[in-house]
Amino acid sequence: MMDKLKGFYVKNKIPVWVVLMVLLVTMPLYVSAGNMRIVCRIMLYIILAGGLNVISGYCGQLCFGIAGFYCVGSYVQAILMKTYNVSYWLALLPSGIVAALIGAVVALPALRMKGIFLGMITIGFSELMRLIALNWTPVTGGAMGFKGIMAPTFFGIKMGGASKYYYIFLFVVIAYMFCTNRVIKSRVGRAWMSIREDELAARSLGVDAKKYKILNFMYGSFWAGIAGAIFVAYSTYVDSTYFTLDEGFNVLGMLIIGGQGTLVGPIVGSFVAQVLTESLRFINVWRYVVYAALIILMMWVRPQGLIGASGSILAGSKAGKKKTKKAEKIVKSEGKEA
Amino acid sequence: MAALLEAKGVSKIFGGLVAVDNVDMTVNKGDIFGIIGPNGAGKTTFFNICTGFYTPSQGAIYLEGQKISGLPCDQIAKKGIARTFQNIQLFKYMSVLDNVKIGFHINTRTNLFDAIVHSKTYKNDEKIIKEKGYAILEEVGLSKYADTMAGNLPYGVQRKVEIARALALEPKILLLDEPAAGMNPNETDSLMQFMLMLKEKGHTITVIEHDMKFVMNSCNHILVLNFGQKICEGTPDAVKNNEQVKEAYFGKGIIAARGTN
Repeated sequence: MMDKLKGFYVKNKIPVWVVLMVLLVTMPLYVSAGNMRIVCRIMLYIILAGGLNVISGYCGQLCFGIAGFYCVGSYVQAILMKTYNVSYWLALLPSGIVAALIGAVVALPALRMKGIFLGMITIGFSELMRLIALNWTPVTGGAMGFKGIMAPTFFGIKMGGASKYYYIFLFVVIAYMFCTNRVIKSRVGRAWMSIREDELAARSLGVDAKKYKILNFMYGSFWAGIAGAIFVAYSTYVDSTYFTLDEGFNVLGMLIIGGQGTLVGPIVGSFVAQVLTESLRFINVWRYVVYAALIILMMWVRPQGLIGASGSILAGSKAGKKKTKKAEKIVKSEGKEA
Repeated sequence: MAALLEAKGVSKIFGGLVAVDNVDMTVNKGDIFGIIGPNGAGKTTFFNICTGFYTPSQGAIYLEGQKISGLPCDQIAKKGIARTFQNIQLFKYMSVLDNVKIGFHINTRTNLFDAIVHSKTYKNDEKIIKEKGYAILEEVGLSKYADTMAGNLPYGVQRKVEIARALALEPKILLLDEPAAGMNPNETDSLMQFMLMLKEKGHTITVIEHDMKFVMNSCNHILVLNFGQKICEGTPDAVKNNEQVKEAYFGKGIIAARGTN
């Protein structure tokens, strides 16, 4: 089915995009205000999962600490807006950049550690950020956090409320998709992927693994920081309870469901996770059990995610074998021709 | 002839094991330089020293008179040494073309911002990569596999992909670690033809190989290692007739011992 969809898309590229864009831009007209809140949450998690996707999906660096970067971005935005009265629009970029700089610091242990050990460092980092936010009262407001962060105005229109703020989310999601799509198809993206696949071989080809790992963490955490920055003005207040470790695992769960190392994976993952947890509201907290079961099921049946190619490194041996047989057939038939 | 790659008194000691012991080597420009020796002789260790995966315990490696030992391996790759691995280390889950594209890393300059705005640098780089990438695949005879995932290819073809990827670096010297391992005689033959063709194009190659027919027919200079020490160096004919080499490979037979008595 995926192939058919892809074929359809390739044939009708422009109409598909036009229809999609019109549907997205006019969404507040046909979706109720209540549901727009869910859409906004989906958008938020697309950016977060997307940031994580760059780190763990494209570069293969295990990172549980995406909530830490999210936290940094949120607080930088809140502090700039509330303490220093910087305008919303001007504060966005610095929030992302500060998160990226902190990402560079976190990347330093990534140069020496791999896999689960790096994962543990990122867990520590995430909690560290949350605890700083909770306890550095003069700067972060401590347990009280920041209240009354106003949504910005855009050419005189106040962007408050899910139906209007949605456009800011939409813009950032599109910006993320646009940039990431270009980056991963360039020399930089290929260097990241080569590190994921085989670091030794990558280095023997002259890929400066250190530099590219740092760059990768910076790029991923930049988007997580931006997600945090736009989140604070959407929720109008921020405190440290948003940035628990659970949040990091939640985002990772979405990414696993959607498919790591694919551009559309975060979108699908975020969509499935939000729709699932929202539509199962009638069973209360049990919906999270269902969500957890889904993650386990995915790891078992389709480790590459809903979107991930069955031939990807994440699909493991099962899928790999199938493909190998296919390729062997091709090779054999070519041999006959020759 | 100008010396391209030189090893001067190189040793590598792992704990109590002397893996490579005071080895000198001079590879001249345009050589196909063979390194042979029984299993465990330290050939691959020696390669790893040349390419910066290990730093030598003693001695140093020079590329065109410039000391390169001690540099990280990506720096050494940038200086012009490309290698392949004994146990193929391809990017198995990427297409053959993408494998080669990564080989162009050091010859292109695109950075993150170039990629986002599709600047002139990006466009130039991608154009070069595409043209030269296909040219290399054509040269190696892999064009039809361009979009196949590298890990799905037969062993012999994977070896060729690895060589293609190394060629993309446009190296001054190419280090091949057992390129013919696991190949059938026909594949070995075509590999040999390919190496001779590369030589004609002006490439310098250093090769570790166990297949004697392959080594004797393609290399113009051979270095023999045994237990980390250089036991012989010279032309294929000189190496063939060297007593020490025979001893290393066949042992001191009773008949041979009788002969000396």
